[in-house]
Amino acid sequence: MNGYGGKIIRINLSEGKVEKSDLDQKFAKEYIGGRGFIAKILYDKLPSGVDPLGPENKLIMATGPLSGVFWPSAAKVVFGTKSPLTGGYADSNMGGFLMAEMKYAGYDMIIFEGKAENPCYIFIDNDLVEIRDASKYWGKGALDVEKEMKEDLGEEFQIATIGPAGENLVKYANISHDFGRQAGRCGMGAVFGSKKLKAIAVRGTKSIKINNIEELVNISKSALRYIMNHDYFKRFKIYGTTDSTNLSLETGFFPTKNFRLDQDEKFKGLRPEFMREKIWVSDKACFACPLSCANYTYSKKYNVFVDGPEYETIAMFGGSCFLKDIEDVQYANYLCDNYGMDIISTAGTIAFAMECYEKGIINKKDTDGIELKFGNFDAVVKIIKKIAYKEGIGEFLSEGCRNMSEKIGKGSGKFAMHIKGLESSAHECRGLPAMLLSYMTSDIGAQHTRSWTIMHDLKLGRNSIEGRAELVKELQTVRPLMEMFGVCRFPWLEMKLDFENYVKAFNSVTGFNYSKDKLFKISERVWTLTRAFWVREVKDFGRNYDLPPERVYEPVPAGVTKGMHLTKDKVNQCLDEYYELRGWNSNGIPTEAKLKELSLKYVAEDLKKLGKI
Amino acid sequence: MKLEVDSAKCTGCSICQLICALHHFKENNPKKAAIRIAKKFPAPGLFEIRVCNQCGYCEDICPQEAIYEEDEVYKINREKCTNCGICVDECPNNALFTHREVDVPIKCDLCGECIEYCPSGALSWSKDEKKEAVK
Repeated sequence: MNGYGGKIIRINLSEGKVEKSDLDQKFAKEYIGGRGFIAKILYDKLPSGVDPLGPENKLIMATGPLSGVFWPSAAKVVFGTKSPLTGGYADSNMGGFLMAEMKYAGYDMIIFEGKAENPCYIFIDNDLVEIRDASKYWGKGALDVEKEMKEDLGEEFQIATIGPAGENLVKYANISHDFGRQAGRCGMGAVFGSKKLKAIAVRGTKSIKINNIEELVNISKSALRYIMNHDYFKRFKIYGTTDSTNLSLETGFFPTKNFRLDQDEKFKGLRPEFMREKIWVSDKACFACPLSCANYTYSKKYNVFVDGPEYETIAMFGGSCFLKDIEDVQYANYLCDNYGMDIISTAGTIAFAMECYEKGIINKKDTDGIELKFGNFDAVVKIIKKIAYKEGIGEFLSEGCRNMSEKIGKGSGKFAMHIKGLESSAHECRGLPAMLLSYMTSDIGAQHTRSWTIMHDLKLGRNSIEGRAELVKELQTVRPLMEMFGVCRFPWLEMKLDFENYVKAFNSVTGFNYSKDKLFKISERVWTLTRAFWVREVKDFGRNYDLPPERVYEPVPAGVTKGMHLTKDKVNQCLDEYYELRGWNSNGIPTEAKLKELSLKYVAEDLKKLGKI
Repeated sequence: MKLEVDSAKCTGCSICQLICALHHFKENNPKKAAIRIAKKFPAPGLFEIRVCNQCGYCEDICPQEAIYEEDEVYKINREKCTNCGICVDECPNNALFTHREVDVPIKCDLCGECIEYCPSGALSWSKDEKKEAVK
């Protein structure tokens, strides 16, 4: 099959069994790849109600038809599972070089099931696939293990690994690759850890079959030329996502002190120009990416190298936890990367605990004697380590802020900044109605990459909600296709590379000859299927799970957005409009008619049996 | 003309490798490229481009006399080459490569395709003969 590796690997770790099968053509044509494959398999093949950290849960790694292909930023592999953090549908993707290596070895997807008795890793060298002993790597940091495995196996192997946080089942542990690229969100690393799976190492040397290689080369070359001549190319290449720090501070969506934004702090020490001068070492790219958005840095103060900090890290540790020195942020970044934990959830959970501490809801007895105040860097360092090893208060924080607030009570749910149990990315939304709706309706919880609407919000007016439901639905239709194709969103998002180019590239590679509308229909099917997964897995799932923490209804206390807030009525009106556009009922459950229209009649039958429709 | 390499500008994206293999083999496979990037991570966090600088040492040592010069570019005569691997092992720049599906070493022929599409300016033409192509 053109564009695909052609094989799927199923690994049952309980039985120590590796099985290969051919990729089914009908399945590929209906679900494209990456996130599409994951949604379909999790809905169809994962039994309802499994414990996310039990052996029955599946963890899927899926590439797309463009992964590893000559196309700008064709660098994504997607991990999917039932999340231990949220209890719902989850996928999380990473860049780097692993997706390409998987395709060159001939594999589109790897499905992990069961639980190994002893720590293991998966070794793949073209046709050879083995489960190997990983006891010498167990207990070690993610960055350290990647280095060690490359020394043991060879530089050419691409490695994905977990750190101690994943081994210890921290609910937001991540999977790490290429010294700083991560499948960060929703606890993919904890699921690896629950299966006693430390790492995967892949080498492949085969060519990817392309339907029309000359056409692909022409389209790709013209896309590359377009990107390299774009007005924003040079600046984005230098600063990457850190450029958003300026935008965020200037337009007032920086999540200062757990998204409270209670003071007009300029954060001069976190600005991208300052960071570049102080700690920058090199610009680092993922596979086939002209943008090289990653800033690789070195801190003299702490003597550590880090891929980052990115905007999210700067805003979460810098803004939300209030660490104003870029080297402190960089060191917190390093600790999270090596322990293998998602930075957004780690910093989000710490900031939540800081607010609880400040308000007297928890005290020094609860925090193992740590003065958990905003801006206390030493406290942050101690807490990160405690989370990774689930020591003392760390065990409590390792559950995420939703679980914490449910246990603590005392009104703390109002400022537990999560949606569906996933800690919010770093955009304070009281002046960004479409971004808030994106977070609310994102199919994994409050994650920014599902649809990023900031520029639209700034343009359309920050207090109006008109047209936002339509905008969010539209972006949520284009975006998932990026992760079905196996490419990064940035050329489209930041360089405005027209989506038609992606359609052409996809067709040149696969020969499917799909129209844009056909692809959009597939995307809508996948989005609806993930929604149905939530409905099936979470008993009382509905509108309540889409609502934001109550902090968004309080006016912003300070800064350029002072006074901005959203009302409950407005938020509900956005949801009403959004559900209507999606063909969901007023509780956010897909209707039978919509499911039938998307060729998901069997899903409608399931939801009927559950009494949901 | 020579290929000038500035590894300090390299970001490791591998577009050069993809273009190289597409141009010479009509295949999507950077493992068949005549240019490679060594990655020095986690420390010092830098890249090193490895590509032939047309020094000609391989011509001197090839026991089959399969390597010859044409317009200052060293090329491999596929008829004569036995793929013995001596040039690959002895190359002072580690800039000759092998692939199990290719029956001769893979070597840069200075076609220049990679230069045009390097997004970082790490590859360029040099007319200055005194400069070392590979630093």
